[in-house]
Amino acid sequence: MALAEVRDLNVRFVTREATVHAVNGVSFSVQPGEVLCILGESGSGKSVTLRALMRLLPPRRTQIEGSVHVEGQDVLAMPSRVLRDLRGGLVAMIFQEPMTALDPVYTVGQQIGETVRRHTGCDRQAARKRVLELLELVRIPSAERRLDAYPHELSGGLRQRAMIAMALSCNPRLLLADEPTTALDATVQVQVLILLRRLQRELGMGMIFVTHDLGVAAEIADTIAVMYAGRIVESGPVSQILNAPAHPYTAGLLASTVHGQPRHRDIDAIAGSPPDMRRLPQGCSFTPRCPRRLAECRLAVPEPRFPAPGHMAACHAVAAGVPATQVASTRGSSAAMSAR
Amino acid sequence: MSALVHDPRDRGGLQQPMLIARDLRKHFPVKGSGGKSVQAVDGVSFTVGKGETLGVVGESGCGKSTLARLMLHLVKPDAGELVFDGDPVGVATGIAVDALRRQVQMVFQDSYSSLNPRMPVRDSVAFGPFVQGKRKDEARGIARDMLGKVGLDPGLFGPRYPHELSGGQKQRVNIARALATGPRMVILDEPVSALDKSIEAQVLNLLRALKRQFNLTYVFISHDLNVVQYLSDRVLVMYLGRAVEIGPIEVIFGRPRHPYTRALLASRPSMNPAQRIEEPPITGDPPNPIDPPSGCRFHTRCPFAEKVCETTDPALGALQDPHSHMVACHIHDPLSGHSRYGSA
Repeated sequence: MALAEVRDLNVRFVTREATVHAVNGVSFSVQPGEVLCILGESGSGKSVTLRALMRLLPPRRTQIEGSVHVEGQDVLAMPSRVLRDLRGGLVAMIFQEPMTALDPVYTVGQQIGETVRRHTGCDRQAARKRVLELLELVRIPSAERRLDAYPHELSGGLRQRAMIAMALSCNPRLLLADEPTTALDATVQVQVLILLRRLQRELGMGMIFVTHDLGVAAEIADTIAVMYAGRIVESGPVSQILNAPAHPYTAGLLASTVHGQPRHRDIDAIAGSPPDMRRLPQGCSFTPRCPRRLAECRLAVPEPRFPAPGHMAACHAVAAGVPATQVASTRGSSAAMSAR
Repeated sequence: MSALVHDPRDRGGLQQPMLIARDLRKHFPVKGSGGKSVQAVDGVSFTVGKGETLGVVGESGCGKSTLARLMLHLVKPDAGELVFDGDPVGVATGIAVDALRRQVQMVFQDSYSSLNPRMPVRDSVAFGPFVQGKRKDEARGIARDMLGKVGLDPGLFGPRYPHELSGGQKQRVNIARALATGPRMVILDEPVSALDKSIEAQVLNLLRALKRQFNLTYVFISHDLNVVQYLSDRVLVMYLGRAVEIGPIEVIFGRPRHPYTRALLASRPSMNPAQRIEEPPITGDPPNPIDPPSGCRFHTRCPFAEKVCETTDPALGALQDPHSHMVACHIHDPLSGHSRYGSA
């Protein structure tokens, strides 16, 4: 049985002025011990998808459809009492900004200890002992002293480690991470990535890791799901996605990520900008920016195709057998790249 | 380098650097700390040649943004000297600060907060030329022209307010505004860091095209080494308010000599799942710039630190080959007594 199973997830945010179609029919599953990276740019629906797994979305303004199961439990149908046990217990989350995710008026030891006591019912002393263990687990130096430190007294890297410790405090089976290294410096980011990878392996957790950074995904993912305009447009094993991307958006994202391109040439940027999520175009949302668009792309959302076992791409051009090598030669001129 | 077209404002000639900074220093006092201060920039010297792009890299708190502001006197240096095209800045015999700002402009990281939210963007772009003495209709004309140059249709986007634009579009407006006064040099402080990758690539291409078109000199500040490598001719690496290494791009990326530069380069994700980074190149976080470590500021994280590193502050010194490559590390100083001299 899959650890997490999401089927046909749709999330809409409804306000008086407009309805934002944040997630539009997303399905995926995560096996125990697997690291799934959801890769996408801002507004692609990657964080909303992640939050739906814990139902961390404002209930009044959000319409959720589809199904979300974690270890067989139906998260969307759960009464809130059961949901509170799930959050921080079976499923835990690490956020991007440790400074805002941690409570500034409690020490690190107090707030991690609170979680431990809430879920295990142990006393303060036992909780403190457990927190110390956790701080050592995430390799915080002089952990004993750091127990009584407030979040502002820690550096960015240590704060993020403290948040990881809190997430791990009740042995979650599924760890959700929302851009946990984006706010960190380069030399600290790599330390936290290596730590997360090691802990995930040692504790045998499944992990869903949301990021906009291909390099980060390459460091940590087993499988990648690429999101664009609220849909998964491509998914598969990390090496497949990075070495042989089938979807033109994934290929464009790879080409536009600066990593050692020749200095005297323009970068192969994707023309245009992402669609307005209040008014999604009909058919494939990437069509207006796509170098491989066909007539049918504007008409219907493409069905998933499988260029290789376990490798899915939702693209009419892939279905029609248009070779991916065309991407490089059909890049827009700089005039066509004017910002839309 | 493309500074072959003659600019009538060029006073010093091609060989005269566009900007020379000598021993710039800026400490910000911290209230209630008993006289302590954040040593944001602490004795940094460098030159920017005409027509080149100088990249400035470093982690948060290393002083790179303060350095950008010092170059325009947006914050006044505590000590040190700036020479713009041969003229000392802000002294009676040299160039006045407002005259400097006619020739040097800046683009900031936060594209939204650097635009006036109550002004249509065409007015924001026209504002600079207008206050510098252009008639209103002339300034408007320049604004239209510049918006077109950055790839925004002036009729469509000019009347819009900043909140009606995407991040990439706002940053294009900021670039148009910086160029509207016809500067010779532009300081770009993390101009693409807040943008999505697909938009970042568009803006980088635009910056390259504009540099050629207007014969510009860039100072490009970023924490992203890949972007700096793509855009810069030379790089300045900063750590806790100090310049630790400076040199041509091929040398810094091909054969870095400072242990910090090496760690920074080795911390870049590989983009290849088959070659993941197994061990962190260095441990810990950058220390607090209020109480920087003694001696070499990097010694607390440096794998090669010795006694001399704790006690003596290494000077930025030229290496033999090439001469334009300078590093501040005892390992490369024959007189320091560091046991690894000559080994790295």
